[in-house]
Amino acid sequence: MTTIDATDAVAKRPVRWHIAVFLAPAVLIYTAVMILPLIETLRLSLFNVQDGQSIFVGFDNFKVLFGDDRWSVSFWNALKNNLVFFVIHMLVQNPIGIALAALLSLPVLRLRGFYRTAIFLPTILSFVIVGFIWKLILSPIWGVAPFLMDLVWLKPFFGPWLGKPGSALITVSLVSVWQNIGIPMMLIYAALLSIPDEVIEAAECDGVTGWAQFFKIKLPLILPTIGIVSILTFVGNFNAFDLVYTMQGALAGPDGSTDILGTFLYRTFFGFQLQVGDRSMGATIATVMFLIILAGVSLYLFVIQRRIRRYQF
Amino acid sequence: MNNLRKTLLATTVAAIGASFAAPAFAEDVTLTIESWRNDDLPIWQEKLIPAFEAKHPGIKLNFAPSAPTEYDAALGAKLDAGSAGDIITCRPFDKSLALFQKGQLASLNDVDGMDKFSSVAKSAWITDDGKDAFCVPVAAVIHGFIYNKEAFDKLGIAVPQTEDEFFAALEKIKADGTYIPLAMGTKDLWEAATMGYQNIGPNYWKGEEGRLALIAGKQKLTDPQWVEPFETLAKWAPYMGDGFEAQTYPDSQNLFTLGRAAIYPAGSWEISGFNQQAQFKMGAFPPPVKKAGDECYISDHTDLAIGMNAKTAHPEQAKQFLAWVASPEFAEIYANALPGFFSLSSTPVKMQDPLAEEFVSWREKCKPTIRSTYQILSRGTPNLENETWTESANVINGTDTPQVAAEKLQKGLDAWYKPAAQ
Repeated sequence: MTTIDATDAVAKRPVRWHIAVFLAPAVLIYTAVMILPLIETLRLSLFNVQDGQSIFVGFDNFKVLFGDDRWSVSFWNALKNNLVFFVIHMLVQNPIGIALAALLSLPVLRLRGFYRTAIFLPTILSFVIVGFIWKLILSPIWGVAPFLMDLVWLKPFFGPWLGKPGSALITVSLVSVWQNIGIPMMLIYAALLSIPDEVIEAAECDGVTGWAQFFKIKLPLILPTIGIVSILTFVGNFNAFDLVYTMQGALAGPDGSTDILGTFLYRTFFGFQLQVGDRSMGATIATVMFLIILAGVSLYLFVIQRRIRRYQF
Repeated sequence: MNNLRKTLLATTVAAIGASFAAPAFAEDVTLTIESWRNDDLPIWQEKLIPAFEAKHPGIKLNFAPSAPTEYDAALGAKLDAGSAGDIITCRPFDKSLALFQKGQLASLNDVDGMDKFSSVAKSAWITDDGKDAFCVPVAAVIHGFIYNKEAFDKLGIAVPQTEDEFFAALEKIKADGTYIPLAMGTKDLWEAATMGYQNIGPNYWKGEEGRLALIAGKQKLTDPQWVEPFETLAKWAPYMGDGFEAQTYPDSQNLFTLGRAAIYPAGSWEISGFNQQAQFKMGAFPPPVKKAGDECYISDHTDLAIGMNAKTAHPEQAKQFLAWVASPEFAEIYANALPGFFSLSSTPVKMQDPLAEEFVSWREKCKPTIRSTYQILSRGTPNLENETWTESANVINGTDTPQVAAEKLQKGLDAWYKPAAQ
């Protein structure tokens, strides 16, 4: 009897509509503005216009992108630049972000709130403002950079960095680092704060302090957050477009040296100056970008994240 | 229900009545003009429209511009929906050609005054075979060099006629050190291509002759006449300001108008801005020729034209308006209201602005051409115009030699462009 009662109870339990109702707005909006366009992009990459008609061409667009000299040279150049862009962020932005977070979480630090806000401020600035300000700062004609460097006798080391193919990409990457450094700093700062005092006290009792404490106790505890920060950086960098566009223009000069996948996609899809937009090839590039990001995120989710050891307090 | 039906019927009858009655009442036809030149609104309202309406009773004009960046998309949508204005302002080359091929712009071969325009003037708004012209050419911009007269007087430099004199002048300005000899940067790329390559190039490739030969496939970008402008550009680098690689277009404009630079490789559209900004006297000279006595060529680039919506309800009135646009009267009002945007009419226009007058006077002694990359040659991938931007900057920056730059451009062009059967 009791079993029957239980099944009855399960059967009688009212349908929980509120779950669907509460989920609906997010699902609908997300589907409309993210999932449908994504599917449409993937679909468009398999079509091309011939004689004014949109025709299914299978993977021909991809063959053109990778096989045709005209396209593949630009594509590999953009991918290479994008990788450099990402590596610079990983090597500069994240270590400095961690260091800043570690400094901020030192109990002896004064004016913590001020530093936190000041360092985070560029992140909430518009990329247009950031791009414009840095272009001005680095301008060889009106910029403060050559003036300041002159004050400390470093003027000979100043150069028109944004205009030289060898240094433009590094300069733009560092400006992007300057803008975005607040995000890793904040996330890691939060992770550091959540380390229980007992753990730190125990470490101190055992004589682990200073640098050793950071590397042996704190760093392992914030590794999962560093993983999240890395994957956010990866996704952000391979979707990047805005800063390069505002600083270097749609042709991402000089000599295509700052051309990343985002700017390459923009020029192809929307066209530029006399270049007419090509929606099919644009969608093809967008699809490749999507696959690159998907591969990176999957690698992280299924391989790296599972190996990171987590500690429960 | 009955009431509703009655009202409906009444309104319908009234509407039909009104639509019959309308032509009888409305002697005035209003033509709406689509344009991206919202800067020109005052000129139209204060000068052009009153002048036209005074002579053409019964036709009213409504100038309805949209933002330049939105114009192409908005116009396309309106034309597709059938709600576009009667008169369309035409972008040069392929964008307008596409509208004509879609049957949205009317052929204007029979408009009075079309024969007064030269073939160069019409080249931007004509079918590839040259049979149908579909917009009345209105304005062009001319390339040359604007210089600081005070600087030239102080240093005792005469206006250079030949290339040797040009470089001698640059050398003298550089040796003196007060002024930056050339106000140009390569950061924005297009400055190097438009103010550099397309500015001096026509003297080398002999204007239209070279441009048409390139389109016909009879000349290549690797031929000497197409490589030499790059070689000359490369020689400009030592005379450009410190850090010119990161100098943007507004930087160049400011350097010149602040009096810190002596020579500005220019397009005539700068005239009105420079007149307001610069506190010193300015002069202009056309691109120097190689040897004294050589024939000179100038880039007189077609930029704006006016055409007719093929589906307009008032084709007759629209054509009357277009015939007026083709007349010297329109040319004179327009060109003087906007010094630097020169009329394309073959009848010379008297200019009041001395700098503009200087620019336009070159038309009489030099042969005009348009920018070499604009017609037909920038339809494919890679885009020749965009590549020219990059390569012109590369040549000045020393990233590529002139020869390598030319080879890259020709290779890109060969990849997709097959000249018409020779």
